[in-house]
Amino acid sequence: MAKLNVNGKVVDYTAEEGTPLLWVLREQLGMTGTKYGCGIAQCGACTVHIDGVPIRSCVRPASSVKAAEKIVTIEGLSKNGTHPVQKAWVALDVPQCGFCQSGMIMAATALLKTTPNPTDKQIDDAMTNICRCGTYNRVRAAIKVAAKEIAGGKQVANALNIQHVNGGKA
Amino acid sequence: MKTASVANPSRRKFVQASAATAGSLVVAFNIPFSGNVQAQAAADEINAWVVVKPNDTVVIRIARSEMGQGSLTGLAQLVAEELECDWAKVTTEYPTPGQSLARKRPWGDFGTGGSRGIRGSQDYVRKGGAIARMMLVQAAANEWKVPAAECTVDKGIISHAASKHTTSYGKVAAAAAKLTPPTDVKLKDPKDWKLAGKRLARLDTVDKTTGKQIYGMDLKLPGMLNAAVKDSPVFGGKLKNVDDATALKMPGVKRVLRVGDTAVAVVADTWWRAKTALEAVKIEWDEGPNAKASSAAFAEVLKAGLDAKDAVVGATIGDAAMALAGAARKIEAVYSYPHQNHACMETMNATVRYTPERCEVWVPTQGGEGALAATAEASGLPPEKCEVYKIHLGGGFGRRGATDYVRQAVAIAKQMPGIPIKMIWSREEDMAQGRFHPVTQCRLVAGLDDKGDVTALHIRISGQSILAGVAPQNIKDGKDPVVFQGFNTPGPEASLCYTLPNLLVDHAMRNPHVPPGFWRGVNLNQNTIYLESFIDEIAAATKQDPLALRKKMMSKNPKSLAVLEAVANRVGWDKSAPKGIFRGLAQTMGFGSYVAACAEISISNEGVLKIHRI
Repeated sequence: MAKLNVNGKVVDYTAEEGTPLLWVLREQLGMTGTKYGCGIAQCGACTVHIDGVPIRSCVRPASSVKAAEKIVTIEGLSKNGTHPVQKAWVALDVPQCGFCQSGMIMAATALLKTTPNPTDKQIDDAMTNICRCGTYNRVRAAIKVAAKEIAGGKQVANALNIQHVNGGKA
Repeated sequence: MKTASVANPSRRKFVQASAATAGSLVVAFNIPFSGNVQAQAAADEINAWVVVKPNDTVVIRIARSEMGQGSLTGLAQLVAEELECDWAKVTTEYPTPGQSLARKRPWGDFGTGGSRGIRGSQDYVRKGGAIARMMLVQAAANEWKVPAAECTVDKGIISHAASKHTTSYGKVAAAAAKLTPPTDVKLKDPKDWKLAGKRLARLDTVDKTTGKQIYGMDLKLPGMLNAAVKDSPVFGGKLKNVDDATALKMPGVKRVLRVGDTAVAVVADTWWRAKTALEAVKIEWDEGPNAKASSAAFAEVLKAGLDAKDAVVGATIGDAAMALAGAARKIEAVYSYPHQNHACMETMNATVRYTPERCEVWVPTQGGEGALAATAEASGLPPEKCEVYKIHLGGGFGRRGATDYVRQAVAIAKQMPGIPIKMIWSREEDMAQGRFHPVTQCRLVAGLDDKGDVTALHIRISGQSILAGVAPQNIKDGKDPVVFQGFNTPGPEASLCYTLPNLLVDHAMRNPHVPPGFWRGVNLNQNTIYLESFIDEIAAATKQDPLALRKKMMSKNPKSLAVLEAVANRVGWDKSAPKGIFRGLAQTMGFGSYVAACAEISISNEGVLKIHRI
């Protein structure tokens, strides 16, 4: 039995040598929020954090991750989707089909840790995830909204004029 | 607020129970099938768009598939608008194609594509909401013994001012469900809309930010196994020899199966193990008649089609040939457009449980009813013994309107009766087994008079027909009308926005062995690029401003012109672009939408193109 530390819990799993972390998460641990997109670390749909660093779990052998290393997936990013990035994503209605968005959010949260106030260029350079629907502009806008909240400001109103369920506007 | 619930093995029972439960209101109404007598007669039967739970939760059923385009929320808004329910208490669910079949298609068309989701069903879903409201209000009025017309309703609360009565939808739902649906239904004037047409937050956003949204690939059923599959890398090829000795010994592997005579599947406890073992299966292919086919060779076929005599006419005005022959000047250009893969982020997948009595499929699909028909065909069972449960799509773009992957998954599950099997394509398989955007070339020839005005245009398309590949029965007299999207004579749909005294659009059909499919925007894509590039060629050759030339030719299409002018104004067309930056304008119309765009680009000394602004 090998061990992984996922979202604050140490879990046992069994998998052949070389099994990517992605498939251990999805098939052994039942955490399907992390997605399979390309299998060759190109699209970023499988992005998770290891000790805060974004990695592409589709090419990272699970056996290479030590139990002491802390893995965070989209399921463990926050309680009830309350991370400022997730809130910004909801406020701006970023997802379309949504399949790439777990990876997008994991990449964005990692970016904001190292670069709290990213420029457009820094966002473009860091966010190499692929979105087939084309949410890139809203991803960029939402990262800026999240950056402001993290910096201590309130969730900032945006120009999209989206009406949320309680009647409030984002 | 919850989003569309995920279908599970008990889903069918749930739907049936929902329809039968006394506490739920199931609303019936007419579906406008044109000239379908049987459907008209069936209008009084149970039809279901709205379910009201005793706790006032409103479940709105959505027949179209959600794949990121937002129609799950948009259609719910339309129903809720007429229903006058509390939007905060709205949830949605997909009805199943099998239920639809059993109940004589109360939900109409499940097909989701061609920008039809809202356009094609807005009228009857609003009617569904309105009838539900009328029945709920009538039930309250009956209870209070007051005229329904004196009752008012706001956010699911019904009131009668004179008698000071008030109640909620949930409380009268059971009584309302027993009433005969009204037939005289008046829809609200759009100027009074509170929900419809408003930019409401999407119902499915939250789950897409927490990892909770379940896609087909995420599905888990009790006792489920996983399948990885490899079909012939050359279309038209077949299996020659399969050596599965090594694969069968690998961990977790249950079976190595032939799927038809063209594919191999490995079924294992996990998909990763199935995929790993599949790579260890030694497959020898008979690549068949297309073994040596190439893009370069087919490009020559397309090129020859540009001059061929066997072209089918799509649109004609005046006499383009004669006008071209007498033109003061002629301008010509040839363009080409390659095959393109849909490349949905979520690769094709389907989960199937087959028994000799029943075949159930859980699948992200744009065509629920098509998937049901494919399931019936592939399983050999009648449609009544099949069911399809739709799951959210990780992208569609037309790819998931095809049923090849559904048939394949059924063919795998049929070999292991009783066991649910989730088939997932690897990315490599998804790219190799596409249903590709068609390959075409196009030659445009314009005739100009001595003032530089366009007097004639001949557009010759040479290339692949989607219908010839996916629905050959719809080809009449050798003509695929879809080929001409964007080049149709003036009309409401995908028509030319330029007024031309002489026009000929024709098509020399040249079909390669690569299977085509409807792909995001379909033929309007390349046809717009062909025509709009050519308009700029004419502008350059005649030293006219591209905007001025378009305006001159668009005076009879005020909507298109207004959209183009709006874009030109926003970009500041009257002022030149910054030094080193080039600007291009384009416009088109199709699927009920008018579109114009302006791009600002630059090209570096190394030849690298950069888009600065669109």
